[in-house]
Amino acid sequence: MSLASQSISQLRSQLISGDIAPSDILDSLAKAIDSNNNDIGAYLSHDLETAKSEANSADLTKPLGGIPIAIKDNINVLGQPCSCASKFLDGAYTAPYDATVITRLRAAGAIPFGRTNMDEFAMGSTTENSALGKTTNPHDTTRTPGGSSGGSAAAVAARSAIAALGSDTGGSIRQPASHCGVVGLKPSYGRVSRYGLVAFASSLDQIGPLTQNVEDAALMLNAISGYDPSDATSLQQDVPDFTERLDCGVSGMKLGLPTEFFGEGIDPAVRKSIDAAIAKLEAAGAELVEISLPHTEYAVATYYIIAPAEASSNLSRFDGVRYGNRVDQPEDVLDLYHRSRAAGFGPEVKRRIILGTYALSSGYYDAYYNRAQKVRTLIRQDFLNAYQQVDAILSPVTPTAATLLGSDKDNPLQQYLADIYTISANLAGICGISIPCQPITSDTGTSLPVGLQVLGPHMGEQTLLQIANVAEQA
Amino acid sequence: MSKEHIDVRYVAALARLDISDEECETFQGQLETIIGYIEKLKDVDVEGIEAITHPSVVFDRLREDAARTGLGQAELLQNAPDSAKGQIRVPKVVDAS
Repeated sequence: MSLASQSISQLRSQLISGDIAPSDILDSLAKAIDSNNNDIGAYLSHDLETAKSEANSADLTKPLGGIPIAIKDNINVLGQPCSCASKFLDGAYTAPYDATVITRLRAAGAIPFGRTNMDEFAMGSTTENSALGKTTNPHDTTRTPGGSSGGSAAAVAARSAIAALGSDTGGSIRQPASHCGVVGLKPSYGRVSRYGLVAFASSLDQIGPLTQNVEDAALMLNAISGYDPSDATSLQQDVPDFTERLDCGVSGMKLGLPTEFFGEGIDPAVRKSIDAAIAKLEAAGAELVEISLPHTEYAVATYYIIAPAEASSNLSRFDGVRYGNRVDQPEDVLDLYHRSRAAGFGPEVKRRIILGTYALSSGYYDAYYNRAQKVRTLIRQDFLNAYQQVDAILSPVTPTAATLLGSDKDNPLQQYLADIYTISANLAGICGISIPCQPITSDTGTSLPVGLQVLGPHMGEQTLLQIANVAEQA
Repeated sequence: MSKEHIDVRYVAALARLDISDEECETFQGQLETIIGYIEKLKDVDVEGIEAITHPSVVFDRLREDAARTGLGQAELLQNAPDSAKGQIRVPKVVDAS
């Protein structure tokens, strides 16, 4: 087995024993990228030389000592490009600092290696909105890897990354993890600092890991969690050791099955796979409880007001003045803004900026944005009520397995509706994880991964990982 | 057909974004569909419900008012498309008339 295809814990024991050096892992990854990046396109770029020089000084006594980590292209790594897969920043931005998650990964001995593809500014669920390259699903290259962290998920699935960082605003870690058959964890809002993450929707965004297994996700979360004075929304709470309770089992736990998440619209094959995974958790000693999240049917509508509204505000910083590409020969400063933004942004980003600006504009603010914030309160309350009864909630990650490339290109609403099971977690601020379960067979005979979603209460990652570990081994 | 919800060209201008006629037409149709869907929020009874801006329990946290080192001038200017004399250069903003 190549080094690139091994998990963090497998590699760590060989690094500690001295059987391998960090540069051996990097060589193995570079080879894997060379052989599959033409087909898979998980990476936008990588810099082997810099990574190697960092690997030489990596402290192998640290928890992630000598482990290379792939980074989604919206997280700043000092001296590297950070383009958000947008023409606006492509070739025109070099990160002048490390994001806090990068500082923390480095402190844990890890080496940031490679920039993974994504939907432009994290807006999308197929990675097809990248302006800089195509990424395909390693399990079936006629299909998308999901998104927006599609490059990170595909890299881990194609064994051209040991582990990766992604960001999740409405499912952008969990959904590609599900489609690519890897583990993807969205931490609770406030668990992980977002300083240095290019902001999309600030009340929803969280950074999290995509890994080969649950244990690696726990190791990554250990490294990146914790209060950061540079992010006012990060919470001053102790960070437990997330590996501590991995083997504690689910005996006696109550797991909720929301009626609203198992209704119409799920592919029957996906449903069967999820049901089997749930049955295994029951067999392992968990008690299944039917619950209700009554405002679920309003989640997509709520999200597609709040997220674009925040995006329209956050993306106003891309005006062609301080960074990024600027059009030639602007007539005046307004012309500079208008044309630089027109040339730099792709269609989905423009669509969401317009939608968000509309929702915030005079005369519509109360009808849309303010109302959506109130419905958000109700959605959050649904979850708080549910966690009075259960330890965690189980559901599919998506209604279907990975879709064919190009299938929903001209129908954005259709794509948005597929976010139904993931976006509530962002609106409520809770944590969630996708764990691979029984794959299904596509029309063309390929095997497509399916993900079981476990949703835990706010700051309930230890319980989440404990359940995920059982689901993974079942 | 019902009245259109959104004047795409006007809203794009509010967002300082030029759009082509073709984009305008495509977005008009797509956004009408999306806004039509979002209208369902009007069915929810939100009487007396508080609006939340983010899901965290912490608000208005202040830090100590103490100086700390940030990025220097060179780092801040390194990504600017046009700069001169330690400043970012833009077209003239003061109206001559």
